[in-house]
Amino acid sequence: MKIIVLVKQVPDTSEERTLDTESGFLERDPQGNVLDEISERALEVALRHKDSHKGTEVVALTMGPSDALKALRKALSMGADSGVHVADDALAGADAMWTSRVLAAAASAEGFDLVITGNESTDGKCGVVPAMVAEHLRLPLVGSLDSPGISAESVSGRRECGTGTMTVRAGLPAVMSVTERSAEARFPTFKGILTAKKKSVKNVALAELGLSGATVSTAGRSVILSVARVEGRSGGRKIVDHNGSAATELMEFLADRQLL
Amino acid sequence: MSNIVAFIELSQDGGPGPGAREVLKAASQLGDPIAVLATSSLSGSTVGQLAALGAKGVFAGETELTSSCLQEPEVETLAKAVQALDPAAVLVVNTTSGREIAARLAVRASGGLTADAVAVRKQDGMVVATRLVLGGTYSVDSTVEDGLPVITLRPGAFEGQARPAEPVVTSLGLKVDTRAAAAVEAFTPGADSHRPDLRTAERVVAGGRGLLSKENFVLVEQLADALGAAVGASRAAVDSGFIASGAQVGQTGVSVSPELYVALGISGAVQHRAGMQSSKTIVAINKDADAPIFDIADFGIVGDATTVVPQLLHAMAVRTP
Ligand SMILES: Cc1cc2nc3c(=O)[nH]c(=O)nc-3n(C[C@H](O)[C@H](O)[C@H](O)COP(=O)(O)OP(=O)(O)OC[C@H]3O[C@@H](n4cnc5c(N)ncnc54)[C@H](O)[C@@H]3O)c2cc1C
Ligand SMILES: Nc1ncnc2c1ncn2[C@@H]1O[C@H](COP(=O)(O)O)[C@@H](O)[C@H]1O
Repeated sequence: MKIIVLVKQVPDTSEERTLDTESGFLERDPQGNVLDEISERALEVALRHKDSHKGTEVVALTMGPSDALKALRKALSMGADSGVHVADDALAGADAMWTSRVLAAAASAEGFDLVITGNESTDGKCGVVPAMVAEHLRLPLVGSLDSPGISAESVSGRRECGTGTMTVRAGLPAVMSVTERSAEARFPTFKGILTAKKKSVKNVALAELGLSGATVSTAGRSVILSVARVEGRSGGRKIVDHNGSAATELMEFLADRQLL
Repeated sequence: MSNIVAFIELSQDGGPGPGAREVLKAASQLGDPIAVLATSSLSGSTVGQLAALGAKGVFAGETELTSSCLQEPEVETLAKAVQALDPAAVLVVNTTSGREIAARLAVRASGGLTADAVAVRKQDGMVVATRLVLGGTYSVDSTVEDGLPVITLRPGAFEGQARPAEPVVTSLGLKVDTRAAAAVEAFTPGADSHRPDLRTAERVVAGGRGLLSKENFVLVEQLADALGAAVGASRAAVDSGFIASGAQVGQTGVSVSPELYVALGISGAVQHRAGMQSSKTIVAINKDADAPIFDIADFGIVGDATTVVPQLLHAMAVRTP
């Protein structure tokens, strides 16, 4: 089975993240960028299948600036067999619609039985690219799985939705997205890091996918009108408790604010 | 005024779900709200409820496949509604299902997608959506050019209710192509909670790893019940098995902005703050005087939550207002 995992490089959430208030684009400090934790989990799902099924091929696919190669190398060091990097100047500032169009085209060109993605990325937090990719490919999406399962013919799993828990299934080929409740990702081994350097990474430009900046961005462009920093908040009163004495003061505070 | 499609997600009993009020309210700020839903058969009581929530039209795609075929009935109904109604925008509440439906529709209808809006308005003929990004540190206004705007709405962000209306009702038998859809094999309804829904609750009491055990976490639930609040949690508390994942607040969990947020044994990592720092009043109890949660708490107690909370519960119980 050939599995493509869509991996994304994002700014580390524990670092200060900034938006350019002119363009609305994320300021990407290459130092602070990491492979998104949810991408690692998506990759883990593929790697576990590979661990128990010989002949499974795992390809990590990303779209992003040249620096995103670092994220691909991380994926390779964790155990992906090869990488595909779609990089093109025309893609700067691409929204979810373009991104999904490009990823779908790149996945088709590569060929696959299954595409695995994270359910939402930590920078965009849109959670829409997986379903968009599925729609472009005219394939089923088994989305937002907490406990993904892969068999030779189908993919399935449990998903939480507001009203309860569903078990869903689709025949292959299909697109699957996983949540952070799915398996925790492995760490790269020393050997993994060494062999990652020898694994192949294909560089793909838009034209090679039969696309151009003009064709992917025509309809339904998101346009940013304005960006403002939200005022941060600061701490208020802080007291030290002695054997529960603070409870009375807290109750008065709540009563004052009409919160009891 | 232009039509605005408001997608209605159904609840387990087949009636309009909890997001119906919000999506119709948001739609009423942009034009005439038309409620669009996929159902096995459209009932008079559903139409009545949607009318009371301000739907000027109800557009239903009817198919027996709604419970067995994941999302395709909804996406196809929306696509048909877009053709029939020529709306200025499509609004969908940003739930697990809602956003996947919105995403597929945006591609199928050659639209553009704006995710997780906390406000919408019409400005110079454009539909403008406001989003809070990067953990709520920036507010971004955007619009969609050259295509239908499909906008997902952050649950809990839209208050109030649109004025009741008398809807024009359209229902059509839906042909569903199941080839590009997943099948629903089983469904287990979630346990009915007597507590308010976390996303829209006015008060939230949340617990973290500092509670140390599931037994201690009961204190969080007791305080929530005493305050009429919803129960929230940090990711570490969810990972420790103190509570189900639906309670997670933060970057990868639910975003809340209640009147009152009480954080018990939560350090206040940036990923947690991302989901709660827009709360009106924040109270924190933490043993560590340097915990970052105190940087944003209006009232902080440096102390042991397992000591302070029982005393607070007692004081509240004997209080004469
Ligand atoms: C990509 C990514 C996404 C994430 N998403 C989220 C998210 O959505 N939500 C989220 O919450 N986290 C998220 N996290 C995790 C986050 O970084 C923190 O690890 C997590 O929030 C910590 O939870 P905590 O505060 O309960 O635990 P800890 O950080 O362990 O803090 C426990 C606190 O309890 C205090 N304490 C101990 N005993 C007591 C006591 N008896 N009484 C009072 N206080 C006590 C301690 O002083 C400490 O401050 C994410 C991380 C990453 C990398
Ligand atoms: N630029 C990208 N390159 C590769 N995968 C992506 C990209 N953007 C989004 N994805 C995939 O889509 C998932 C959801 O992203 P989003 O819809 O942006 O929240 C991510 O976890 C990735 O698996």
